[in-house]
Amino acid sequence: METALMVLAVMVITGLVFGIVLAYANKKFAVEVNPLIHLVEDVLPKGQCGACGFAGCMAYAEAVVLDANVAPNLCVPGKGPVAEAVGKLTGKSAPAIEPRIAHIRCAGSVENAKAKYQYVGVQDCAAANLLQGGQKSCQYGCLGFGTCVNNCPFGALTMQPNGLPYVDPEKCTGCGKCETVCPKNVIKMLPIDAKVSVNCNSKDRGAVAKKNCSAACLGCGLCKKNCSHDAIIIENGLAVVDYKICIAECDNPTCFAKCPTKAIEAVVKDRYPMGSAANVAGNVAM
Amino acid sequence: MKSFHGGVHPNDSKKYTAAKPIEAAPLPKKVIIPLRQHIGAPVSAIVKKGDAVKKGQLIARSDAFVSGNVHASVSGKVTEIADYPHAVFGTCPSVVIESDGLDEWAEGIPMQRQWEKLNSKDLSAIIREAGIVGMGGATFPTHVKLAPPPDKKIDTFILNGSECEPFLTADYRSMLEYTDRVATGVKITMKALGVNTGYVGIEDNKPDAVKALQSAFEGTQVKVVALPTKYPQGAEKMLIVMLTGREVPSGGLPMDVGVVVQNVGTVIAISDAVTKGIPLIERVLTVSGSAVKEPKNLLMRVGSTFADALSYCGGLNGELVKIISGGPMMGFAQSTVDIPVIKGTSGILFLTKKDVNADKESACIHCGRCVEACPMGLNPSMLSILGERQFYEEAKEEYNLLDCMECGSCVYVCPAKRRIVQYIRYAKAQNAIQAQKEQAKVAI
Repeated sequence: METALMVLAVMVITGLVFGIVLAYANKKFAVEVNPLIHLVEDVLPKGQCGACGFAGCMAYAEAVVLDANVAPNLCVPGKGPVAEAVGKLTGKSAPAIEPRIAHIRCAGSVENAKAKYQYVGVQDCAAANLLQGGQKSCQYGCLGFGTCVNNCPFGALTMQPNGLPYVDPEKCTGCGKCETVCPKNVIKMLPIDAKVSVNCNSKDRGAVAKKNCSAACLGCGLCKKNCSHDAIIIENGLAVVDYKICIAECDNPTCFAKCPTKAIEAVVKDRYPMGSAANVAGNVAM
Repeated sequence: MKSFHGGVHPNDSKKYTAAKPIEAAPLPKKVIIPLRQHIGAPVSAIVKKGDAVKKGQLIARSDAFVSGNVHASVSGKVTEIADYPHAVFGTCPSVVIESDGLDEWAEGIPMQRQWEKLNSKDLSAIIREAGIVGMGGATFPTHVKLAPPPDKKIDTFILNGSECEPFLTADYRSMLEYTDRVATGVKITMKALGVNTGYVGIEDNKPDAVKALQSAFEGTQVKVVALPTKYPQGAEKMLIVMLTGREVPSGGLPMDVGVVVQNVGTVIAISDAVTKGIPLIERVLTVSGSAVKEPKNLLMRVGSTFADALSYCGGLNGELVKIISGGPMMGFAQSTVDIPVIKGTSGILFLTKKDVNADKESACIHCGRCVEACPMGLNPSMLSILGERQFYEEAKEEYNLLDCMECGSCVYVCPAKRRIVQYIRYAKAQNAIQAQKEQAKVAI
């Protein structure tokens, strides 16, 4: 009985001492945190994608609250509503974000593109790219090991059996993480209301590109001739669409009609329920 | 003799070509000479399409010190300067020369030169002019190794005759057949370096080469040592530890411990360049593997293709599964035979299924065999896991990623068939990208 009382007393005293020390430390060493930072962070989507240019959502919240020069509309995944909320909290105003979506600029599926060797190494595009630029004959094409899929913070990408990633337009926030991890630079962000898309990234000359892949852009310029608004130029053997002109001026695009390899295609809007797909035409059907 | 830590004993497969004398391959009809055959600054072509060139004529050069001149390997006409496949870099701008079949030397080659009268500076200049690079495969410009910074005192020269890679017998045959040139090359290199102590390290599975060089160096201060046969005996750092007992510090070079190492092919090229004025335009290499009808040791011009080598060796025998430029442990897998032989091509292997392991990899079981096999004393299993999980910086800072020389011993013993070296190369590449980004930031 005596021992039990003794234990009790020791515990109570120890508890009291530590309690007092902690209470004192809490007051003495308190770090002033602007409560606004946490409010802003709560608004952000927490994908930690880094599209804003900061190391994660918390870092951006700190920066936007503390630094007057950081705009409130940098959160690409959050788009309009988040920009508005952050603006309201921080008292800043900035123009709305132009919504974007990831676009796979390659239609070189396993059926379309030739392989130059059989790859048995590490299943990662950046690793495969170190070995003579990957297993595809076309040195610009998608390697299909899904580095973008593994790095997408929003689960918007899936690898299809044909060896090309598919972008889910409902989940893609346009953060651009995939764009930065792709070693072949195949993924580009497209304005969400783009009308046409070029599904090729090959800068090879026409004959070489054709030999390597049956879906390659040959740089023949037929789309350029058929565009009535001069929105297409041929750069390094590849058709490049100026989306500013294309979206603003063209109602009825005909550029893709004559394309011999279907490398440029119309973006089919009603393929997706949200009606917002700047898409992966050609990649989906296979 | 006590051996270094780690290492493996792969089947050496040298039986295909060990007994075959070096044969000169027929003059190629066309050569593709890449402008990048060395580590360092790129060279630019000084000839243009349509120019007539002679054998041994300088066709590309650079003012940068760490670089390697390139010479025409046949006489004929330049038909194209364009991107061509390259065994190491994927593609590379190359000078294509169509041979005129005359094989005429450029003016002033070959000549007679008394090397004994030349000083160290002249020797280095001749070697630089001749475009000599490390011919073991790393292709580091030789004249740079011969001109160490003043604070590094070199006192020992080592000739690397271990040839520890399976299949390869080019250095072995060279030591037997070109013994005099090897000996002259070693003497010239030692004079250029101003050192008196020399070693020749040869694995003890080549006793006749040891004997040949022992008699060639009799009465000199060059010691020929038979080393235990174990891969990677031919790695510079292993060789230096075995012969001198010195350990190259982490991140350092052999010159940090006062040693310079050269390959057998390189000293032969040095001998030819200094005594006869012949630039580096041809080399001995081994064409071997289970898929070749008649494996051979060939003397080939730089710029002849793997296809030339294959057709001279009787073509294919059995189903070809893998082509490797270099040895099977550290060489580069190729996807075509239309690839030019470069100064660093020590062998060309054509392998059938029985020599190639394409098993699927599985998770690391932490058995520790790779740790036992690693000659550098690293932890390959951790490095591969960190590479896989994208912890590149941790791999570099805490697991000495950059000390890995990619010898492949760990992959050879791994029961889970993990691509350890690939993960390591990948992590190294990612670290390099990161460093570049940081440098760009500083520049801004």
